Parts: sequence; structure tokens; C-alpha cells
Amino acid sequence: MSVDLTALTASEARRRLDNREFSAEELTQAHLTRIDLVEPQVRAFITVMRDVALEQARAADARIARGEGSLLTGIPVALKDILCTTDAPTTAASRMLEGYRSVYDATVVRKLREQGAVFMGKTNTDEFAMGSSTENSAFFTTHNPWDLSRVPGGSSGGSSASVAANEAMLSLGSDTGGSIRQPGGFCGVIGMKPTYGRVSRFGLIAFASSLDQIGPFARTVRDAAMMLEAISGNDPNDSTSVDVPVPSYTNLLDAAGRDLHGVKVGVAREYQIDGVAAGVQSAVDAAVEDLKKLGAEIVEVSLPHTKYALATYYIVAPAEASANLARFDGVKYGLSLEADNLLDSYLRTRGEGFGPEVKRRIMLGTYALSSGYYDAYYVKAQKVRTLLKRDFDEAFEKVDVIVTPTSPTVAFGIGERTTDPIQMYLSDIFTIPANMAGIPGIAVPCGFSDGLPVSLQFMGRAFDEAGVLRVAHVYEQATDWHTRRPEFVSSASVETA
Amino acid sequence: MTLSLEEVDHVALLARLGLAPDERERMREQLSSILEHISLLEEIDTEAIPPTAQVITLENVMRDDEVRPSLPVEDVLRNAPRSEDNMFKVNAVLEES
Repeated sequence: MSVDLTALTASEARRRLDNREFSAEELTQAHLTRIDLVEPQVRAFITVMRDVALEQARAADARIARGEGSLLTGIPVALKDILCTTDAPTTAASRMLEGYRSVYDATVVRKLREQGAVFMGKTNTDEFAMGSSTENSAFFTTHNPWDLSRVPGGSSGGSSASVAANEAMLSLGSDTGGSIRQPGGFCGVIGMKPTYGRVSRFGLIAFASSLDQIGPFARTVRDAAMMLEAISGNDPNDSTSVDVPVPSYTNLLDAAGRDLHGVKVGVAREYQIDGVAAGVQSAVDAAVEDLKKLGAEIVEVSLPHTKYALATYYIVAPAEASANLARFDGVKYGLSLEADNLLDSYLRTRGEGFGPEVKRRIMLGTYALSSGYYDAYYVKAQKVRTLLKRDFDEAFEKVDVIVTPTSPTVAFGIGERTTDPIQMYLSDIFTIPANMAGIPGIAVPCGFSDGLPVSLQFMGRAFDEAGVLRVAHVYEQATDWHTRRPEFVSSASVETA
Repeated sequence: MTLSLEEVDHVALLARLGLAPDERERMREQLSSILEHISLLEEIDTEAIPPTAQVITLENVMRDDEVRPSLPVEDVLRNAPRSEDNMFKVNAVLEES
């Protein structure tokens, strides 16, 4: 019997690798073949790490043969090209870092290496993770495997598309205002932002340091739990990574049961707004009914400051970005354009090295932090951030998780929103609040509208990834949305004996 | 909220961003429209609200001040556009007048 190895879940591949039903090298080769087949249309990768992957796969096979395999040994993964890797370029999808080769691995990359994971490549993103569609990549736009004329979401659109198109079993992205959950939703896969402090940010090229968090993409909640388990934990190299125990998320899910009796699920009226597309709202409403049928108690909660989240974000994130991106000065690494004096060489290097959205945010952040405006913008936004966080603190006294749409619409067309920054920013209105409050959130497929995936977001208490994963898993297992694959992918089957 | 071109130039200089002439005008329009959206925050009374700079409760994470191995200088300089004698090379900042 022939089977398409790239269509398996990572959990299933783990079991069958351990049973020696196929080798990690065969599994990797199947994914490389898949990449050759679909990548000309999808364009999820900036760099495919073919040789590295095959070498890692052979090492994984040797390790499994010795009985020393762990959770991700031999599993093909993709890495957002904003995570530093020593054996492939790290570009942040920017001309500024074209060809840059990091001298160290990000902590999450090191952890995956130690697990024996196989690196398929570095995925496309909006430049420096600033965007919601990958259209801000300096190199090219990634295409949504469900409809190649649409965006995959962003910024981590290459990572979500690679998993949706079976080019990798798992991938990593980063989420500052929704950059994992929104593309996860647009591509019909799982995307999870852990609690701020759960995963080390060391080696993640910084965008907004108080908001950024690394997290997984997967095709099932259990697979996302595998990845989260592998990358979580305190790291001396990131003083904001918190030293709290990391539970075995996969073991917890295996004991999760099949119903949600005793679980209180919050529905916030502030997320029921006019801008939500009818097809999204009806899929989400049906999902809430499903949660009720599974035994969950649905409780109405109020998050009264929600409508201020976007404006708050567009002060805090650019302000932090303007400081973080000051390091790109043409002196230590990256693009360097010469001029007669140091000031002019800064102006030229940064003026020509950064793309329009990055410049816009640096300008906005610099303005918000500049003399005379600091209190009116930056301090004001930090105060509103307190109110946003208090909203969640109060809601989570009444409920265990809060359920919302992940995005107000399904994936939009390439080029549709590029001329109006505010329209582009609005696709993140439901995901930004979790970053402002630092809490975990997960996007789970919950239906289709016009043939495109609709996504449900569950948010939970800080460091309660286990609770969020459990509700998402029980919901997922009671539905079959996650089993649907894009026609474009299933029609191009990679068969292996 | 409307920015002037002079304000755009001032902020661009602070940010060390060289903007082309057509970029200045586009930046003025787009930043003005984003600032317009942001002005929504003015309606909230935050007089008695403390600011939140970060959301975790950690503070002053310290470690012992011990010498530890660091990256080799040649590795660190590998990506440098210009270097000399184990140092990054830049244009002169202070020049004799």
C-alpha cells in the first residue's frame, strides 16, 4: 500500500518512525519532493535547507536505531526566517539582512536541534515580521494553498503555508499582534501564541520586545502541543523567559477526555462587531453551539476596552520597533552603503535597506517617543494597556477560556489591502489584545466560508497553555474541519512505498 | 491630526532614515491617517491608571558576575561590512576642524 507520508500528522509520524515503518530519511525525502512539487506556486520558503535536512534525517535515523529518539526526532519542521540559524542565512525577509549568517542559533532552534528535528528551511514573512499578509517581504509574496490568488496571512505566512501545503509537519512563527494565529487561521491550520515568557526569545530578531512570542504551527492541536513542549522553558539568555515548570502538554492531551463538562467558556460581546464577515460569524456561532453540546458552560463576559487595543498596539509596537531596529546601522552586519560621513551612511543604509512598512513603523514609533509627544502617545498607550490587561484579569475570574473569531474575515486577495495600512491592520483586531495582556491564544479551524478556512481563537490565563490546548483539542476532535486539505495539495500526492 | 513635511523630516532625521522626495509626502499622509486612528485613545480617562511596560511580574533578573566563554571575535566580525584589527570600522565621527 502506498501512503503519502507528507499528509501524516507529526504524532502519527512519531509513532511510525519509532516502529521503523519508514525512516526519517524517507520522510524527509517525501517532504523535499513535495516542496519541489508545490513550492513554485506556494513560495513558502526563502531558503530550502535540502542538504542540512537530509543530514539531520540520517542522524535522526541513527538516533532512533539506538533507542534514543525523543518527541521531534526525525520530524520535518520549518522555521520562520526571523529565527537565527547558523547553517542557513537569516534574512528577516529584508534587504537589510540579505545573506546574513548568524553566528549563533536561536534558543528554540538549539532546542529543536537537540531533539533531532529535521530543518526543511527558512520561511517567508513580512519584513521584520511587520505585516499581515507576507506582502511586505522584500523578496516575494507567499500564496495561500487554499486559493493561490489569496494571501496566507502574516507575518508568519510562510510558516503557516508550509504546514498547510504539507511541505513541513510543524513550523515555528512569531506573534507580536497575531502573526501566528491570523496566518494559522487563513491557512486552516493550528497556530498558537504561548504566554509571554513561556518560550525564550533569544535569537528571535526583535520587533516589539514586550509583545513578541515564538510559537508553533501544526495540523492538529496535539501536534502543536508536541512543538510547544519542545521549545518551552526558562533560558538564561532571555531574562524575560519565566522559570515556571513546563508540563507535558502531549500527555495532558492524551488524558483530555472527549467532553468539556465543568469548563466555562467566555464569549465577549465586544468581539461581535459589524466588521465581522457573515460567513465567519456563522461558523463561529456554530462552533460555540458545538462547545455547548460538548458540555461547556457558555458565559457572556465583557472586555470593555477591546476597541482601543488596535490604537494602543500601533503606539507600543512601533515605539519598541524603532528602538530595536536602531541596531541596523550598516556597521556590525547587514547592508552598508557608504557616504562621505557617518550620518549620511546611516541615512542611506537605512533609507534603502528597509521597506515601506518597516519605515512607516520606525517613523511612527520615533514620533511617539519623541520629545513633546512621549506622554501623549507612549505613556498614554501603556496606561491603556493596563486597562486591557485588567479586562482579561476580570474575565478570567469568571471563565476558563474566552472564544472569539481569530480574524474578522477569511484570507483576502493578494494586493487587496496593500494601499491602505489601516485596512491591513484591522485584520489583527481580535488577536492584538492577547499580546497586550501577554496571555496565550490558539487558532483552530472551525468551518469554511466560500471555500476558505474560518478560524476560532481560544485565549486563556497566563501560563495556562494546558487549559487552552485541552479545550481546543476536545473541540477539534469532535469536529472534522482540521481533516480537510486544500484541493491543490491533495491533488498533488507524494507517494512512497 | 495632520503632520507637516517639516515634522516628517525631523522624525526621519531622528530615526536616521533617508527618505526619497515622493516618500516624504506619502509618509506624511499615511502617518497622519494612522495618528488620526490613534487619537481614539484621547477619550479614555487614564489619569489614575499606572502604565504597563511589560506584563510579567519578573524584575531585576540577576546572575553571578562570572567570566564565561563568549563568541570568538573572528566569528562576530564575519558579517561586518568593514573591520580592522579586531574592530568594526566606521567613518570618522570627530574630525579636526
